[in-house]
Amino acid sequence: MSNLSVDHLLGIKYLIKSDIDLIFKTADNFKKIINQPIKKVPSLRDVTIANLFFENSTRTKLSFELAEKRLSADVINFASASSSVTKGETLLDTVNNILAMKVDIVVIRHPNPGASVFLSRNIDAKIVNAGDGTHEHPTQALLDAYSIREKYGEVVGKKIVIVGDILHSRVALSNIYCLQKLGAEVKVCGPSSLMPKHLHALGVTHFSDLKEALVWCDVANVLRIQLERQDVNYFPSLREYAMVYGVNKEMLDSLEKEITIMHPGPINRGVELSSDVADSKHAIILDQVENGVAIRMAVLYLLAGKIKN
Amino acid sequence: MIEQRQLLNQKDIQITIERLCQQLIENHGDFKNTVIVGVQPRGTFLSNRIIGKLKQLLNTTDVESGSLDISFYRDDLRRRDEPIVPEVMDMNLSLEGKDVVLIDDVLFTGRSIRSAIDALMAFGRPKSVELLTLIDRRFSRDLPIQPNYVGRTIDAIDSERVIVEWKEVNGKDRILMVKSD
Repeated sequence: MSNLSVDHLLGIKYLIKSDIDLIFKTADNFKKIINQPIKKVPSLRDVTIANLFFENSTRTKLSFELAEKRLSADVINFASASSSVTKGETLLDTVNNILAMKVDIVVIRHPNPGASVFLSRNIDAKIVNAGDGTHEHPTQALLDAYSIREKYGEVVGKKIVIVGDILHSRVALSNIYCLQKLGAEVKVCGPSSLMPKHLHALGVTHFSDLKEALVWCDVANVLRIQLERQDVNYFPSLREYAMVYGVNKEMLDSLEKEITIMHPGPINRGVELSSDVADSKHAIILDQVENGVAIRMAVLYLLAGKIKN
Repeated sequence: MIEQRQLLNQKDIQITIERLCQQLIENHGDFKNTVIVGVQPRGTFLSNRIIGKLKQLLNTTDVESGSLDISFYRDDLRRRDEPIVPEVMDMNLSLEGKDVVLIDDVLFTGRSIRSAIDALMAFGRPKSVELLTLIDRRFSRDLPIQPNYVGRTIDAIDSERVIVEWKEVNGKDRILMVKSD
């Protein structure tokens, strides 16, 4: 466990278990740092990071920006809505222009799967994927697994069910890779219209009954219905979805054990999670947000260590 | 070829630690306003010994202390092949207005201590900071940093390394000078 095996964080698929362990160990320290009276360390003071968000984001963008600032990096932000992309510039041109300003690390969110992989092959900077379409969202999966590790002490052997729109979810794919690499058992639950075709290739099975899934699991990671990615109707109505796949308090109370509820945000209250569950002691949603900063600091710190002067 | 020579044995180390403790007591009295901070990883072995001895000499159980990880404050992050993997930080205290004694095993270039002083400031503004080191490799400093309490001062050239071994890790206490050509 000495160095990351990769030069970029493009997806969990490309990581090995010791990379994840190293990120977690480093994040443990950053979590202490962000709870100190002075929450900033000077590690990356000669590193410049560009946050390129070609798609909307609140939490991830803020979390990355905070992580970068707590590491003392210089940060530039870019949002496609207010940029020359709307004038017809290509991704590569936009990024090369930004790199000409001597940027060391690029954090990118893009609606097209593979955008970060494409960049890593074409430009000379460390790339961190902050979500590429329906492909991967590695830092989210890392912080989810880290939150499970924090709650239970370890991830190995834990049973985790991911509930919701698996087909359109990059969080689901990254979570499946990450949790499996750490030795957890992962299953998914949701309407079969929202299940990817080759789910079995990932070694994951599917519950169509939510109650059955909750009885089986230790942790339920509940995803948002991504209406913005759904080009056709995958289920009759949100109301019906909420009735069949929404997690509510009575359901949790009827279980014999206590399970943990996670959600990557933003929550659609009353759809995938009822309000009383989102605010209950079962939910570790706000811990996930706090851990997100520590995990992103760890990832940026470890990748910055690989930049050679 | 590797040459090695013993600088201090177990008995020497014990006597030295005892003397350092007496010097600390001379300046810090009952340690009511003093915090002992060991620099991770190797300084904490020494600080734990010193705290143990101080408690015995002062007949108290109450000496405030912490272990400080300096990884994120170092100045060589992008100048190494291997990443700097952090150690445990145990600093559940405030240094505001305190007299801090910073402890490390070997003082060489002074860069770790520079980082450590920087790291300390995240826990409040101390009244004063002193430095205690078991071995001072004089004439090898990159920065203007000098210790207040020294176990043993030695002269060594750059190709020589000073290795401090502790009973807790290596089975016995001793300090070696290793030279390889």
